[in-house]
Amino acid sequence: MGYVVRRLLSVVPVMLVVAVIAFLLIHLSPGDPAALIAGDFATADDIARLHTALGLDEPLWRQFGLWAGKLLQGDLGTSIFTHVPVTQLLAQRVQPTLSIALLTMSLSILIAIPLGVLAAYRAGTWIDRLVMVFAVLAFSVPVFLVGYLLIYGFAVKLQWLPVQGYTDLSHGVWPWLRNLILPCVNLALVYIALITRMTRATVLEVLHEDYIRTARAKGLSVLPVLEHALRNAAIPIATTVGVGIALLIGGVVVTETVFAIPGLGRLVIDAVEHHDYPVIQSVLLISAAAYVLINLLIDLSYRLFDTRIRY
Amino acid sequence: MKKTLLNAFAAAAMAVSCALAPVTGVHAQEKTLRMALHADLTVLDPTFTTAYITRTFGYMMYDTLFAMDAKGEPQPQMVDHYKTSEDKKQWTFTLRDGLKFSDGQPVTAADCVASLQRWTARDNIGHTLAAAGGKWQAVDDKTFTLTLERPFGLVLDGLAKVSSYPAFILPERLAKMPADRPLTEVVGSGPYLFKRDEWLPGSKVVFVRNPDYVARSEAPSGLSGSKHSNVDRVEWIVLPDSNSAIAALKNKEVDLIEQTPPDYIEPLRAESDIHVGVIEQNQAYMVLNQAFPPFDNIKARQAVAHVINQAEFVAAMGYPPDLRRDYCATFFICGSANDTDAGSQPYAKPDLDAAKQALSESGYKGEKIVVMLPTTPTYLNSATLVAIQALQTLGMNLDIQSMDWASMTARRSKKVPLNQGGWNVFLSSASEFNVNSPLNNTYLAASCGNTLPGWPCDKELDKLRAQWIASIEPDKRRQLLEQFQTRAYQAFPNIPVGQFSRTFSANKSLKHLDLMWSIPNVWVLDK
Repeated sequence: MGYVVRRLLSVVPVMLVVAVIAFLLIHLSPGDPAALIAGDFATADDIARLHTALGLDEPLWRQFGLWAGKLLQGDLGTSIFTHVPVTQLLAQRVQPTLSIALLTMSLSILIAIPLGVLAAYRAGTWIDRLVMVFAVLAFSVPVFLVGYLLIYGFAVKLQWLPVQGYTDLSHGVWPWLRNLILPCVNLALVYIALITRMTRATVLEVLHEDYIRTARAKGLSVLPVLEHALRNAAIPIATTVGVGIALLIGGVVVTETVFAIPGLGRLVIDAVEHHDYPVIQSVLLISAAAYVLINLLIDLSYRLFDTRIRY
Repeated sequence: MKKTLLNAFAAAAMAVSCALAPVTGVHAQEKTLRMALHADLTVLDPTFTTAYITRTFGYMMYDTLFAMDAKGEPQPQMVDHYKTSEDKKQWTFTLRDGLKFSDGQPVTAADCVASLQRWTARDNIGHTLAAAGGKWQAVDDKTFTLTLERPFGLVLDGLAKVSSYPAFILPERLAKMPADRPLTEVVGSGPYLFKRDEWLPGSKVVFVRNPDYVARSEAPSGLSGSKHSNVDRVEWIVLPDSNSAIAALKNKEVDLIEQTPPDYIEPLRAESDIHVGVIEQNQAYMVLNQAFPPFDNIKARQAVAHVINQAEFVAAMGYPPDLRRDYCATFFICGSANDTDAGSQPYAKPDLDAAKQALSESGYKGEKIVVMLPTTPTYLNSATLVAIQALQTLGMNLDIQSMDWASMTARRSKKVPLNQGGWNVFLSSASEFNVNSPLNNTYLAASCGNTLPGWPCDKELDKLRAQWIASIEPDKRRQLLEQFQTRAYQAFPNIPVGQFSRTFSANKSLKHLDLMWSIPNVWVLDK
């Protein structure tokens, strides 16, 4: 328990550093939200007036102070463009991104771990080579290209699934799932490749351990042996899966753009393009927090696989 | 036991089929028009920004007193009838019966006066109207007047101005709000209601038909006539990826794409169930910073104009040959009412010798010239690359700085020397309604002392513009227009680099596609 509390407290300085760096990077980069809001035919006077109205002509330290003060009260601010509270924007975007992340990782785990174990068990055979060829291909082909191919095949030609959009889970499981199948398959390919390779490598290593040889010599059948091997190989695999989830939350930008899914990835891209400072800062902070918390969960999960581990 | 198993199986099958069956949405019986627009809606106040997406939102939400018909003639819209004195200095307008805002309140003359005062403060025609001593006054609930000290030949054109800023009518309390930041409340006078509860910034904007909107009885033409919506609901879907947007159109997930990316026009024309139509003319132009050397010198601007080959620019933008003009002589859109070739002759064909001569006379000695190269949109990136090549043939010492659109819009408003982050050249483009007259044309309408990026200033142009505005006699106005353009071809407030047609793409199953005009006047469409 003490370990968990210590780890949770360690989040505070991390978030502070992220907040300062995010604020400085964003405000010091070229670009001006006032110029974008004012439009293409705006005069310098129009832009200057808007600067004042938005408080963008205040010194940087004062802008940071105001933002940090609100943040401490749980107020993430309001979008400069839409005037919608950032918390509301985030609330609208969390479900699509979490849905993609969870479905993608579920699909990846369900396919990749059996595939990796099979490849390890049949190491050196045509099955192993086939699995590895698939893994290399899935790694190498760019996500957007696979996305376009999936859209062309399953949406435009076969018309089985929609090209774009997201349906809220409250409208039913199938409408929700229907919009997520193509993006999740698109994203999962990379993770299937990654987890398959990791599983194969670690299980293969364990399969050469003395205790496995002993178990097999004692007549234990294949499945229990593989179960033992997988349990002992689980820690690196769990780490890969955990890091994968954390990366996924911040890394769905391309998929959300190709499939027009209104998730956090799209939100941050739109915010960066518009220089919508409060939105960028908030998404960066939340992504950092999610990353830290997922890492903590990964560390805690090690005890499930190996009870000898103590914190 | 067997029966129990069968029952259980049937129940499970029913549960699964219920889960998998498409949900019958609450909007299933409604006619819904789904369209992908060129940008995401972020600002809800069309009296605040010149962004086209907000202007289009304005046409969904608000009505105007007058509106342009398909021939470009202003027609009464919210106004029932009007009269003017012989000297055109006194105007009286009377509103139609039964006009209401979306909150149920009647539209009154006081709302119109407040809205027009807000518009006057922002728009360049409004500015000019105020400079002519224009004063708006409500007479009673339905009648208001405009009194001018000097003749102003463009009152109806101004009130029917298409873009940007159109003279939208808002409730008085909103119109009187401070104009230094955008309005966030939307109470419209137009054909649709904004569904704020369904608005998902970056993804979807939803409108439903305004049941209180009183449409005109005339058939729709351009932005005038009946605006009775044939569909119950309109959804703007944000599709940032062009390839996915086209796939969504083919898959009938969207009915219409407002702006077809140039390189998709030919493939879409080959599709039997998709219609590709022209929505408006556009002009690309080059802006030279006239606040600093070398382009503060008229000869340097003329030198650049001499190396412009419009055919190369429009070809680079990727539009098919039938949607681009190899050469357009006018600053005011070829084919428009103000089309003229006055003054263009010396620049009709690229002339490198004349360009070098003019550059030499300007005193340019190889100083660094900063060209801002936008990475997006693609067509402007391509056009800027052509401009760079043209400037290099002149022997200019270029510093090409690549940046995103947001950075460019911020940078170009800075009136500072190069060593403090200034610039010399950028390219942009505009809809025909932002260039087709000496008052609409953003750069040609900018009088000395303006704060427009590039800071154009020519006193002779200012004088001719004022004369053109004051003139109410057609022949005289035409003569002044030609003199104005002749001077523009000497002073070059900006340099047109080509005219092209923007296209929309739609499923052929949509009805009345032939009535689409200028902006997505979606009320004409039916499914």
